[in-house]
Amino acid sequence: MQKGKLTGLRATEKQYVGFATLPNQVHRKSVKKGFDFTLMVAGESGMGKSTLVNSLFLTDLYKDRKLLNAEERINQTVEIIKHTVDIEEKGVKLKLTIVDTPGFGDAVNNNECWKPITDYIDQQFEQYFRDESGLNRKNIQDNRVHCCLYFIPPFGHGLRPVDVEFMKALHEKVNIIPLIAKADCLTPNEIKKLKDRIREEIDKFGIKVYQFPECDSDEDEEFKQLDKELKECTPFAVIGSNTVVEARGQRVRGRLYPWGIVEGKFTNKFLCSVENQSHCDFVKLRNMLIRSHMHDLKDVTCDVHYENYRAQCIQEMTSKLAQDNRMESPIPILPLSTPDVDTEKLIKMKDEELKRMQEMLNKMQQQMHDKEQ
Amino acid sequence: KIITLNEEKRNLSLGGHVGFDSLPDQLVSKSVTQGFCFNILCVGETGIGKSTLMNTLFNTMFENEEASHYQNGVYLRPRTYDLQESNVHLKLTIVDTVGFGDQINKEDSYKPIVDYIDTQFENYLQEELKIKRSLFNYHDTRIHICLYFIAPTGHSLKSLDLVTMKKLDSKVNIIPIIAKADTISKSELHKFKIKIMSELVSNGVQIYQFPTDDEAVSEINASMNAHLPFAVVGSVEEVKVGNKTVRARQYPWGVVQVENESHCDFVKLREMLIRVNMEDLREQTHARHYELYRRCKLEEMGFKDTDPDSQPFSLQETYEAKRKEFLGDLQRKEEEMRQMFVNKVKETEAELKEKERELHDKFEQLKRMHQEEKRKVEEKRRDLEEEMNTFNRKKVAAETLSLSQPLKKDKDKKK
Repeated sequence: MQKGKLTGLRATEKQYVGFATLPNQVHRKSVKKGFDFTLMVAGESGMGKSTLVNSLFLTDLYKDRKLLNAEERINQTVEIIKHTVDIEEKGVKLKLTIVDTPGFGDAVNNNECWKPITDYIDQQFEQYFRDESGLNRKNIQDNRVHCCLYFIPPFGHGLRPVDVEFMKALHEKVNIIPLIAKADCLTPNEIKKLKDRIREEIDKFGIKVYQFPECDSDEDEEFKQLDKELKECTPFAVIGSNTVVEARGQRVRGRLYPWGIVEGKFTNKFLCSVENQSHCDFVKLRNMLIRSHMHDLKDVTCDVHYENYRAQCIQEMTSKLAQDNRMESPIPILPLSTPDVDTEKLIKMKDEELKRMQEMLNKMQQQMHDKEQ
Repeated sequence: KIITLNEEKRNLSLGGHVGFDSLPDQLVSKSVTQGFCFNILCVGETGIGKSTLMNTLFNTMFENEEASHYQNGVYLRPRTYDLQESNVHLKLTIVDTVGFGDQINKEDSYKPIVDYIDTQFENYLQEELKIKRSLFNYHDTRIHICLYFIAPTGHSLKSLDLVTMKKLDSKVNIIPIIAKADTISKSELHKFKIKIMSELVSNGVQIYQFPTDDEAVSEINASMNAHLPFAVVGSVEEVKVGNKTVRARQYPWGVVQVENESHCDFVKLREMLIRVNMEDLREQTHARHYELYRRCKLEEMGFKDTDPDSQPFSLQETYEAKRKEFLGDLQRKEEEMRQMFVNKVKETEAELKEKERELHDKFEQLKRMHQEEKRKVEEKRRDLEEEMNTFNRKKVAAETLSLSQPLKKDKDKKK
């Protein structure tokens, strides 16, 4: 009889194992561990980068910054400035690092002004590569740049040479999200024309900007529709604001202009609200960057850009070793050298010797030929 | 002999209406018949709104294609139009800077602009210096006003703006304007204008000041000077506002009216540029900027107003002197070249002679060698002949000896 009871128990146990709680466990652990995210902003001075960052994270990161005069900017070089802040929301901690690039595109001669930026990104990759290959990997700090917001001026007809060159220099090192800055200077028609033009030019020049991942086929229709709208809306046309305005009983982050029509009557002031989706794409950007795709940006950085860097790095190292026989390497070579690499080395050496001997032979033949003549 | 009755001028009172008060009218009617000429240079980056603003200012659609961002350098595109308003004819030339601000290296961007302005001055100077001139007929292409379009970043001037304006301020009247100003809110605009003006002042950039010496317009000009740089918005599209149709830009959050003074400074710009100070701009261009160019150019060529003894030179004398100098120079150079040519010919002649001598020597040497060889060969031949003779004699001797030998043997045997 007891047996019967036991079998009864086992039957109910079989129906529910319990690993369905894994997502909750992941959630719990991640909240405990906290997250980190590094965001880079790049673009000419005066495009509203700082204002947008403040609007995105609803804080003021740039309280006491000093802006340079036009005279000082004539020969300015690009600097890299990092701000790191810890912010928390509903128990979830985020270590947010904003990487600023003041001076980009501001000098009169901007040849290779993106070089300090690409060097910075490479440095972070190199640092991570070293740490990852080290012996003690407990406290690896991930300073790699997960996303770069590139601000395109709204005053022109599309991408300018400096925009194209910058994006081409960085598109295989970091996720680039191009934005149309200060979009409140364009009417809805003008915005559409400019977006189409920029998308065309991005295709034409072969620039690889960050692509949103495809929807799973089993997602619901509403989600798929939203996703489609999001993709058709790029590049996002954004407006930022540091001021909260009181309008019609609400407190809204926005920009106050001295013109406007409300319900057919003239008013003295009208509000361009940052959060109004018919005014700009700020909300779409925020949702995409923070609320839905932040983790995907990190994943693409780790799985694609970093891996590319690492593979390239290793290839360069091994080919360098084959050339000079000194085994001088700054990074400890782990058992990564496959037998192919050794034989390759030997083959290369032998090849070169053969070449040299062939050349000598040719020379001697030529000399003999001359003497005969 | 000329006698001057009194050195100081006297004021006389008139006994009645003479009628020379119609002089200004006569002048005006003459200018109207002649027609007016005005040349505007628009400097600003591609897409900043230069063409749109021109269309808005002159209420016309000047033909225009959208410019590309990928020009290799800056080039200037002048277009001339004939406009008429009531009975006044205006020959308007608008010069566009295509490709300005697009290159990655903009160090030379200002050069084509400066060259263009100088070329127009040069053309006028050439006409002025001609013997047979027709200045009244001349189509004046000198730039009367440069509108410099500043991008509405809200911070300050761009480095390119500062560098370019410094190069232009001594050659042309500059009015800086803030383009696409509907992107800046009022408080930001105030700060931006102050920052721009202070940067211009601290870097010594001279912009055009609306004249305040004429009482009729001094007040309005003075107040306008305080509003620089003008924050403008351009539009050729019309929007219905209330029961009127006005030129405006329609946003989801409101309508920016171009001619509404609380929205932007377009009306101020039009007033100052066209309705009040157009003639002053032409005058300043001729009396200040052109004269400066002319003086610099002539000084470069070596002209002076006074000689070391402080006697005024006449242009003609200086010109004659210069011409003589130039001809003298030319002659001297010719002489030099001829000398050089003669020397070179002599040199080559000498060289050739030398070579000839060498060849001759060589020939002699070879001849001697040849003779020597011949002699040696002769000797050898003789030696050989000698040997042959000796050999033949020996042979004959040996033969006769061998013939006589066997007889002796027989004789011996018989005994």
